Amino acid sequence: MSDVRVAGTGLTPFGNSPERTGRDLFAEASIAAFEESGVPRDDVEAVLYGNFMGELSEHQGHQGPLMAEAAGVRAPATRYESACASSGVAVREAVKRIRNGENDVLLVGGAERMTNLGTAGATEALAIAADDLWEVRAGVTFPGAYALMAQAYFDEFGGEHEDLAHIAVKNHENALTNEKAQYQRAIEVADVLEAPPVSEPLGLYDACPISDGASALVLTSESYAAKHDLEAPVAITGTGQGGDRMALHDREHLARSPAAREAGAEAYADAGVDAGDVDFAEVHDCFTIAEVLALEALDLEPIGEGISAARNGRTTADGETPINLSGGLKAKGHPVGATGASQIAEVTDLLAGEHPNSDHVADATTGVAHNAGGTVASATVHVLEVVA
Amino acid sequence: MSDSENEVHDAGFDNWLAAAEEGDAYYLECANGHGSLPPRRVCPDCGSTDLAEADLPETGDIQTFTVTHVPTPAFEEDAPYATAVVDFGSVRLTGQVVGVDPEAVETGLSVELEITVSETTGERVIGLRPA
Ligand SMILES: [Zn+2]
Repeated sequence: MSDVRVAGTGLTPFGNSPERTGRDLFAEASIAAFEESGVPRDDVEAVLYGNFMGELSEHQGHQGPLMAEAAGVRAPATRYESACASSGVAVREAVKRIRNGENDVLLVGGAERMTNLGTAGATEALAIAADDLWEVRAGVTFPGAYALMAQAYFDEFGGEHEDLAHIAVKNHENALTNEKAQYQRAIEVADVLEAPPVSEPLGLYDACPISDGASALVLTSESYAAKHDLEAPVAITGTGQGGDRMALHDREHLARSPAAREAGAEAYADAGVDAGDVDFAEVHDCFTIAEVLALEALDLEPIGEGISAARNGRTTADGETPINLSGGLKAKGHPVGATGASQIAEVTDLLAGEHPNSDHVADATTGVAHNAGGTVASATVHVLEVVA
Repeated sequence: MSDSENEVHDAGFDNWLAAAEEGDAYYLECANGHGSLPPRRVCPDCGSTDLAEADLPETGDIQTFTVTHVPTPAFEEDAPYATAVVDFGSVRLTGQVVGVDPEAVETGLSVELEITVSETTGERVIGLRPA
């Protein structure tokens, strides 16, 4: 089976730019990805694009062809929607197409325009990733759902808000050198503990920001990369996807993410690696507790111990397994539809030695990207390796 | 508002809310004894299409909870409010805890169902009152 090479990556700055349209954001990301790849636009056979709230935020459905046009690509284009895992599932579909020989060159990515909705509007838009009848109408917000999981985790395994605070501190620290990050500003544990509550036990600094931004990847088959002499040393070698019941209350576990576990196991098996081979990971830390659940689901921490990983230094930049060297969703930002592909971009750049934090993982050969939808009713995991 | 002529009725869910208001809350039970919530035609656990209504137990226990300070616009005037996941045996439900200070809510608290309304919109909301 052919490896899938990441030939080029492109990201806009993530942050607050309410005036910028989705098409403008994706155009910028795609230009960067094409420039880095050296792949001509004419060779692209399809565009796979992730977006979640386009209808609500800019009254725009049918975004696939619009975004192909914005990127200057004449090819069939499809939008993928799986809440915050939208571009994670787009990447997975692209990997499968290249592997099965259907395509040699694909443009994959995503974008989200959010800040123009304001805090209340964005809170409402994000909430629709939950079950409308049984959760949203009971007043469950997106932070509220993760708060329900955080409290369940504390009750089942112990831990406290201060443990979570160390995750936020770590991810802000990692973002200091990431010029694309929304927050390039260090915070302290006390800042997290003293921040206004959003949905207890989670406060303002436990949550990722509302962000605008886009991501783009040019993916090619191994044979195309060889034939065109591309500089593309990093490959996506494993892909996995998991699913779970929609409403949190219908899940077997309130403090675990079985969908992410399924996705991780499938991706590890696909790549022929196990958790012990993972040098670093970008995980979906939309809230501090989400990073804990992700680490445990990916077997990077034993069940019930992920809560102490940041506090004890295991996941910091100089720890055994650095997590979210980009700053994560927490500090880099979370333009929902862009996030999954942006994580692949960060892992690629870290492995290729082209990331401001690459020095922390200088000998790394294997990185993982974990992207979760909603309260992890869907999840994708990808394994990336240096192959050339 | 719930009485608006333009309001679309959500079959299954609105029927359930009406029954719960009358004290006749139910869940759906399949031939293999799995519980689930309407509207539903297929048991999500086993695929059985043989679903019957069964009485929801009078009380349940809070399994996890949160106090929300930053709500969606539909609950702007209700905040802060406590939301909880409650175990009623064969099914769990999510609702707002009423009749008690949000800060007094805790895991393990026994509650009963009480359909209430949003202070913001007047829409019906699944409420949970300490039993
Ligand atoms: Zn069943």
